[in-house]
Amino acid sequence: MTIIDARPIAPPTGGRLGDSISRPDGTAKVQGSFAFSSDLNAENCLWGATLRSPHPSARIVSIDVGPAYRISGVEAIITAADVPGKATYGLISQDQPVFASDVVRYVGEPIAAVAADHPETCRRAIAAIIVTYEVLEPLTDPELAIDGSFPPIHPDGNLIRHQRIVSGDPTATGAVVVEGLYEIGMQDQAFLGLEAALALPDPGGAGIELYVATQWLHEDQKQIAACLGLEYDKVRLTLGGVGGAFGAREDISLQVHTCLLALRTGRPVRISYSREESFLGHVHRHPAKIWMRHHATAEGRIVRIDARFVFDGGAYASTSSAVLINGITHTQGPYKCANATVDGYAVRTNNLPCGAMRGFGVVQACFAHEGQMDRLAVACGIDPVEIRLLNAIETGDAFITGQVLRNVAPVERCIRETAALPLPDEPVGGHDGDVMRLPGGAGRTADVSHIRRGIGFAVSVKNLMYSEGFDDYSTARCRLAGGVATLKFATAEVGQGFVTIAGQIARSVLGVDDVKLDSIDTGVGSAGSTSASRQTWMSGGAVNAACMKVRGLMFDHVAATHGIDVDGLVVQGNEIVDTAGTLRISVIQATADAEFDETVQYHHKPTEDLDENGQGNCHTAFAFVAHRAVVDVDPELGLVKVIQVATAQDVGRALNPLSVLGQIEGGIAQGLGLAVMEEIIMTDGRVRNPSFTDYLLPTFLDMPNVVTSLIEEPDPFAPLGAKGVGEPPTVSSTPAIVAAIRDAIGKPLDRVPVRPTDIIF
Amino acid sequence: MTVLVPTSLDEALSALAGMPDALVLAGGTDAMVEVNMGHRKPIDVVSVNRVSELRSWTYDPIEATVHIGAALTYSELMQPPLADLLPALAEAARTVGSPQIRNAGTLGGNLGTCSPAGDGLPVLTALDAVVHLASTRGERSLPIREFMVGVKRTARERDELITGVTVPVLEGWQGYSKVGVRNAMVIALATACVAVDTPGRNLRLAIGSVGTTILRCDEAEQFAAAEVDFIGCVASSATVSRFGELAAAHSRPIDDHRSSAAYRRHAIGVLSSRLLRRAFPHE
Amino acid sequence: MSNHNGPTLDGSIAVQLNEHYSLDVNGETREVQDAWIGESLLYVLRERLGLMGSKGACEQGECGSCSVMVGGELVCSCLVMAASAIGQPIVSIEGVAPVGSPSDVQQAFVTAGAVQCGFCTPGLIMATHNLLERSPEPTETEIREELSGNVCRCTGYGRIIDAVQQVAVARRSAVAS
Repeated sequence: MTIIDARPIAPPTGGRLGDSISRPDGTAKVQGSFAFSSDLNAENCLWGATLRSPHPSARIVSIDVGPAYRISGVEAIITAADVPGKATYGLISQDQPVFASDVVRYVGEPIAAVAADHPETCRRAIAAIIVTYEVLEPLTDPELAIDGSFPPIHPDGNLIRHQRIVSGDPTATGAVVVEGLYEIGMQDQAFLGLEAALALPDPGGAGIELYVATQWLHEDQKQIAACLGLEYDKVRLTLGGVGGAFGAREDISLQVHTCLLALRTGRPVRISYSREESFLGHVHRHPAKIWMRHHATAEGRIVRIDARFVFDGGAYASTSSAVLINGITHTQGPYKCANATVDGYAVRTNNLPCGAMRGFGVVQACFAHEGQMDRLAVACGIDPVEIRLLNAIETGDAFITGQVLRNVAPVERCIRETAALPLPDEPVGGHDGDVMRLPGGAGRTADVSHIRRGIGFAVSVKNLMYSEGFDDYSTARCRLAGGVATLKFATAEVGQGFVTIAGQIARSVLGVDDVKLDSIDTGVGSAGSTSASRQTWMSGGAVNAACMKVRGLMFDHVAATHGIDVDGLVVQGNEIVDTAGTLRISVIQATADAEFDETVQYHHKPTEDLDENGQGNCHTAFAFVAHRAVVDVDPELGLVKVIQVATAQDVGRALNPLSVLGQIEGGIAQGLGLAVMEEIIMTDGRVRNPSFTDYLLPTFLDMPNVVTSLIEEPDPFAPLGAKGVGEPPTVSSTPAIVAAIRDAIGKPLDRVPVRPTDIIF
Repeated sequence: MTVLVPTSLDEALSALAGMPDALVLAGGTDAMVEVNMGHRKPIDVVSVNRVSELRSWTYDPIEATVHIGAALTYSELMQPPLADLLPALAEAARTVGSPQIRNAGTLGGNLGTCSPAGDGLPVLTALDAVVHLASTRGERSLPIREFMVGVKRTARERDELITGVTVPVLEGWQGYSKVGVRNAMVIALATACVAVDTPGRNLRLAIGSVGTTILRCDEAEQFAAAEVDFIGCVASSATVSRFGELAAAHSRPIDDHRSSAAYRRHAIGVLSSRLLRRAFPHE
Repeated sequence: MSNHNGPTLDGSIAVQLNEHYSLDVNGETREVQDAWIGESLLYVLRERLGLMGSKGACEQGECGSCSVMVGGELVCSCLVMAASAIGQPIVSIEGVAPVGSPSDVQQAFVTAGAVQCGFCTPGLIMATHNLLERSPEPTETEIREELSGNVCRCTGYGRIIDAVQQVAVARRSAVAS
């Protein structure tokens, strides 16, 4: 390539791929002017609220809304009888009623909704609705759903899905056998921005416009339209600012209720959940019990794994069947294993419905397989790091589903680099003797002499994108005119930073500095869900493809205008350069009188269903990560302070290193939460702690510094070489922390979150 | 519906006399939670945190007491010189909620709510503080152990206002410990305060979150006072462990969603032993 | 006998409020009309005065998203009965810096990667300004303790601490030069 003109290339601004540029919505967010869905309002707007079941299982004998209607300011009350379209919704099977009519199946199930002039009026109206129940015995033990001894609590039955995996020789044995029964508590996504929506009815009720915080606009649109009995295009969705998601906004919560109230009253209606309502009103991470038995050679090589998984899906199916598949197909973790027999069950109970949360079934599996790896290390007399290196899976190996791992798989590098990261230089209690450095913090519960330090290690594999034949494509539109690129997509920005990446892609591909982002709404094709670590790959792939197509048109235009061969044209900085000639022209100039506009769908390669033996290429791609945790434990009081987490993560390519770091640190904080404090406690189907007073999230004083190494080996299957980075940090940080606590106190600790009582008794 | 924001005690007391069902609002950190959740629907409110008489504290070196106005915030309790006079109270204040809560929440509010998990209360109980109440009918003072009646129940009459507490300043080590599952912003599972009166050759132990109100552990106190060396700050290991056992035995904890009775009892024993060891570091 | 008074207090007479009152918000007198008397300052700022920058995520002082300054103190606006804040200066996120001209703390949060979903951010900005005014060179432990009332679910806090430290360093070098 010869560049004759010696002018320096104009330094690009705005940030290309690989730059740690700032978020485009950052300034609005720090100034409080960014509009979250709960900040939206409209002229003449009413408030909506939801009446929910106080019982985990009951027959509804009668509903009397009369007294509530007599309250001044109440404009509408709706129940199941007022749903004009499909009475139920759901992501995979539509088994969940918009409003319960005959029976309620969990505490918090919606029964009616009210629209009124003030939240306090709503509260009084909700209290005035008289529902008579015949209380039934709840099904709360998942085993009773499996053995069939409890009568069906839903027409679809109590077993949501059963899947086996049988691989290799089920009779193979090893010299060393370890087994464990692991339990994972119910975690809440606990995003800070509570569920909120604003619905604006079209004149005459012919359609509706909904502003909502969601993870997937088009899936919402589909389910809402069905329930409202409207055509898709009569239900238009725009993303309201989203205050975090983590899986909890994948399912319908208030969407249909808000629309129904707006259509009924002919006025705008907004609903904003309270924190307690949010705990009841969205799906959670599945509580699970996992039994695993590993056979290994005396040297520690895994020979065979037997496992049984039970996921408690709660009252409605949500994504339980997919969570189950994710869990059982990750039984082996990031390790070679030829022989396995796995039984997995996802069941229906009268507990809170469960579905997607960051890690999606793999968090549960990883807690079990990493507990097993530590047991194996002890049984074989090998270091926990060594046993993981010994078994590390590689590109070309097959999983127990028979699927061959095709992606870049730097498992060994993840492990070695994590192990090599510096340990904290501070002694127990820190250098400055501040009580805040000790477990218990300001509570002054311990002195340095009481504390034991432990170190734990864990490694994981996480599938990326959707599985089992699902075509989770994404769509993007790129327009280029006058040197300004405008991108449109329906990708839900939930905080992860896709809006940043999208601009970087367009600038890199098109050589522009100025990228405008159009409104995120259903005015363009589906982007699929912001989940499964998939948007950088999928919507990034779509934006990239749309920009590439526009660039091709731009090159054609330049070639035609200047009478040169298109093949020599490249983008360098902000200019188009003819590598075969002398032309160099700025993109602004080249597109001054032209406009290019392309919309592209991006699809990943197809996947397959699992057969009855759990065999099939069911997953799209995989990413890997290792975590090392250092903890200080007060063995007498059972208090823990995590001192450091170190991690080396397989990211493919860091398109925005600062943004990747944010995902890693944030994901680890959620893994820490599950390890030592976060659990929705249910007794007989009732939630005991639906508040931030009693559902504890990690604070500044609970989350340690994270030492991070990014492993960048671009994946040839990924459109930009970049793997999804959101979920892996959450998956193995939990078992690493628990392993560190075990190391400090020498107890098995097979349940998360680890409670003080688990440590001391 | 009326909200009164008096700035003098007389105004506050008249307001309460006229509206005995009014919600007395200090920092709001307890009361507003109930209002926000719809558990309490106040008709009238008397907001007392700008009553000047409640906003100051005084030290009387002759009597060796500190008088603390009820509207002093936890943040103010953490600041010297007050924190130097009552270090255990400053330590307890630092464990309350978050900086935002400590800037709003008051010692009077802690007394008024009278939760067994109230962080200031074990310290006041260990130090035998006296609670001052006033109404248009007059003033009265009660030892804190008589003021606390039960779970969130006090001896305060509806028209009375908690105006402050008088707290003896002891010569000797004192400290507070609190167990929660998180390293900040957490409700106590168990709390303990040990305060040593070196010239008086006695020590006090008060425990919280393990009974209907804060408990004083008389048996443990008397046992330890007889066993330790107050001048040399010496306590044997056996004394330290027995002190913890006696404290644990005195606790009356319950099971709830936050923890178990067994854990709370155990934690009281550990905290009490560790506090005694800090007070008497030599074996 | 020594006497220690609390902060100087405004207002010398009892104020009786019914359903109309005014608040001093971001240096302006704002009338609050037709209010229900139990409304929190957070609700009044957002729904009565249209200042949507303060966020509600728990309504019980456990998350800090609604942090504002009242009478010079950082507090959770969800736990302040709005009517009781009469006569005290209130500063919300909207009063920190003009739209489009972020403060040094706000700018550092953007560039350091301290913002993801951004819901906790206004509260953290308030808490960070308050921290750095009282303690211009905080240690890391001090930062953690002083900001511990502000829960963030996205970031894991690392980039926030980095942003706070960046501001402290920049302010120090600005003073030095």
